[in-house]
Amino acid sequence: MKLDEFFVTGDPLILGSQIAIGLTMVGLVVLITYLKKWKWLWNEWFTTVDHKKIGIMYIIAGVLMFFRGGVDGLMMKAQTSRPNMEFLDAQHYDEVFTTHGVVMILFMAMPMLIGIINVVMPLQIGARDVAFPKLNALSFWTFFVGAMLFNISFVIGGSPDAGWTSYFPLAGKEFSPDVGNNYYAIALQIAGIGTLASGINFIVTILKMRAPGMKLLKMPMFTWTTLVTSVLIVAAFPILTVALALMTLDRIFGAHFFTVAAGGDPMLWLNLFWLWGHPEVYIVVLPAFGMFSEVIATFSRKNLFGYVTMVVSIVAIAFLSMLVWVHHFYTMGNSAAVNSVFSITTMMIAIPTGVKIFNWLFTMRKGRIQFSNAMLWALAFIPCFTIGGVTGVMLAMAAADYQYHNTMFLVAHFHYVLIPGVVFAVFAGLYYWWPKMFGFKLNEKIGKWHFWLFVIGFNLTFMPMFFVGLDGMSRRMYTYSESTGWGAWLGVSAVGGLILAAGFAALVYNIYWSFRYASRDIGGDPWDARTLEWATASPVQEYNFAVIPEVTDHDEFWKMKKEGRNTLKKEDVKDIHMPSNSGIPIIFSVAIGIVGFFLVFEWNTLAAIFSVGIIAGLIANSFDYDDGYHIPAKKVWETERKWRGDL
Amino acid sequence: MASQTSTPLEYSTKQNEMNILGFWIFLGAEIVLFSTLFATYFVLEQSHAGGPTQGDLFILKDVLIETFLLLTSSFTMGLAIHQMRDNNKSAMLVWTILTLLLGLGFLYFEINEFIHYVHEGLTMQTSAFGSAFFTLLGTHGLHVSLGIGWVVLLIIQVLRRGITAVTARKFFIVSLYWHFLDVVWIFIFTFVYLKGMM
Amino acid sequence: MKKQFPLNHVVGFILSVVLTIFAVFIALETDFTTTIKLWIIGAFAIFQAFVQLIMFMHMTEGKAKVANIINISYSIFLAVVIVAGSIWILTTGHAAH
Repeated sequence: MKLDEFFVTGDPLILGSQIAIGLTMVGLVVLITYLKKWKWLWNEWFTTVDHKKIGIMYIIAGVLMFFRGGVDGLMMKAQTSRPNMEFLDAQHYDEVFTTHGVVMILFMAMPMLIGIINVVMPLQIGARDVAFPKLNALSFWTFFVGAMLFNISFVIGGSPDAGWTSYFPLAGKEFSPDVGNNYYAIALQIAGIGTLASGINFIVTILKMRAPGMKLLKMPMFTWTTLVTSVLIVAAFPILTVALALMTLDRIFGAHFFTVAAGGDPMLWLNLFWLWGHPEVYIVVLPAFGMFSEVIATFSRKNLFGYVTMVVSIVAIAFLSMLVWVHHFYTMGNSAAVNSVFSITTMMIAIPTGVKIFNWLFTMRKGRIQFSNAMLWALAFIPCFTIGGVTGVMLAMAAADYQYHNTMFLVAHFHYVLIPGVVFAVFAGLYYWWPKMFGFKLNEKIGKWHFWLFVIGFNLTFMPMFFVGLDGMSRRMYTYSESTGWGAWLGVSAVGGLILAAGFAALVYNIYWSFRYASRDIGGDPWDARTLEWATASPVQEYNFAVIPEVTDHDEFWKMKKEGRNTLKKEDVKDIHMPSNSGIPIIFSVAIGIVGFFLVFEWNTLAAIFSVGIIAGLIANSFDYDDGYHIPAKKVWETERKWRGDL
Repeated sequence: MASQTSTPLEYSTKQNEMNILGFWIFLGAEIVLFSTLFATYFVLEQSHAGGPTQGDLFILKDVLIETFLLLTSSFTMGLAIHQMRDNNKSAMLVWTILTLLLGLGFLYFEINEFIHYVHEGLTMQTSAFGSAFFTLLGTHGLHVSLGIGWVVLLIIQVLRRGITAVTARKFFIVSLYWHFLDVVWIFIFTFVYLKGMM
Repeated sequence: MKKQFPLNHVVGFILSVVLTIFAVFIALETDFTTTIKLWIIGAFAIFQAFVQLIMFMHMTEGKAKVANIINISYSIFLAVVIVAGSIWILTTGHAAH
């Protein structure tokens, strides 16, 4: 392979990115070396097994990927802003919409949510860490390596260009001979390993590490949604693993699962992809529902309305979500019976979702609502998400779907579900739990700018897509003629995209501003909140709880405050056992990344040689008998005195 | 001494309980993984594209040898755990090594079987049936190979450290894995081989 | 030290061997229709799987037995959905023609 085939050449936009990436990397290395921070990075972050730090790394990665995916989105908006625009050519547009979808779902939404889960869930159940801290680090690093591998595709070798769904036969070797789709198959595979491990980790943590007295029906709602999402991860991600493995075998090793020539069935890919893909939608949306539940209860100063129906509806959504996947391909030519059954199961999902919406509304009813930033996002979520939900029911009807299928109407629908359902939730969660993570609040005033710009921009961007969609514009069209009459709609949409981007910029500025100027004197409980994570310091002590609390209620911390039980006695403080840091997860993940990179380029011998590294990692881990260390009670007491002040 | 009535050593600590539960959940994920491979095989099993069919290839004797090797290895693995719970290290290791040998025997016959199929003209590239067959069987065989490596590592650890809470837990988990591979094989035997020979 | 005879394992092993041989017999030596044969040997396979889960893998012991049973039941449900669903979707309708 020649060098000019290895690096993507010939596009000024990509050349600019290559230079920018190169300079940034050199700059980062120089900066870290100059500040003598390598050792600190390695000891405090790269080898950490602390769930809070791992969560923060997930969130940082998520924000970076949000930027990447957002730029892709803006480029698409620029290209379609006017008829016959010549900003991107068809190939480049194909690549951009593919990476936009993959990055936003798998490398933005997932890490943001898993990051917040990592920080918050163990605190909510009164645990010291997750069940398998080292595995948690491995989850993060495999995710990160997978994300990075996917992201270099556009400068090295070329991006995947068959859509985030990568349907065969287009995604097959015959029609996509370049390495782009190999990146898709392998990077997602690597990231998927980490996600599956996270799912198992969270389930065991929740089932086994709850504070004494916390029955399942006394868990905070966010913990409940985490549990159910984790179950869905374990149920769905192995299907993706297989689908991607089959894709890899087809593309790299000449198998015929999806190629018609030797009896393969391209529709099998659709079937497997959506068997994973539909539950995936619920995997990202359920924790978001949990975040809204916490935020709405806290800022309405009431406990959550209909706790048990909330739990039942989450479980019902999860159960149904495994039974609806065909609605993504009604038009594939299924029998009428298949389409009818899946139409009904799909519409049934609206019932438990509706129950949740009403529960949130009733939680707010007669509450003393505080319009904090976190609450604003929750308030905006309800109407926006309902638009997404209602158009979803329209799409659920198989007969009508023949009209909507693969139009911009569909694109508008899923953005109306995923942006309010996930992105708004992540913002609400960030504003709400930021003090727990970093020890200061994000600025409320800049936050208002962020909120209004983002929400207005969001509606301006995606509302017009419903109309051009109904008017017949299919998705993934890179250009259109003036006579279609879509120019005005899509022009508005493009302006909306800019406002959306300004909203994101306001968030970044808010983080910068608050980091520099916000007050650090906020105590453990700045929102007068209800659940156990607020019984810790801000930022949280490394051991989380000096003494594991006894739980009597699902708003346990609220009750503690009411009953004056939120105090600590010196004789209760004991030595605390902590897990040791480990370099194995990051080294092991990098080894996987290297093998993955060689596989992408189909350098199979090199991949086989470097696989030894993966096996060595497994062996090293098997012989690792490190049993952790103890923090002496005296030191714990000192730390507690420092933040509690009154002891 | 661990008697049958007290809690077995592998459940003796909270971390152990969590690891064992976590592994059961992983096995749940493995069930989904193999189900997906089975679904793929069932959808593609008639797509021979002019290549060899199940009836042309499968030989009952070879399949039965593999089946009984793996089944017996599952049994001996169970006995190893039984000895572990009686804290009888040498008997445990004897049964474990027997398990390893049976597992290696299974792999030997499976590889021979694959070579035979290739000679008959069926490879992964021949037809969709070939792709699905080799992937399903290959994934299972790869699991068995990994299991063998894993058991070897644990034998070394038990020799070095004896039967402790940690090694007992690790051994119990590998035994779950090993039995699970036999469970998968039951379905391969029934729905791939017997169905294919009917 | 109290040594117990591993009765569970021996019974499980014998049952497995018998079920395997029966399945071979039903599949290759009887004149039932293919569908009936598949139902019978399928039932044998499921029975044998449970024999192994309970007698070899001790699924129903330990503190987490309820979680284990729910976990495995749910996985079996998923297995049925994935296998039956895929076959139904991909071998009926236009795909079949």
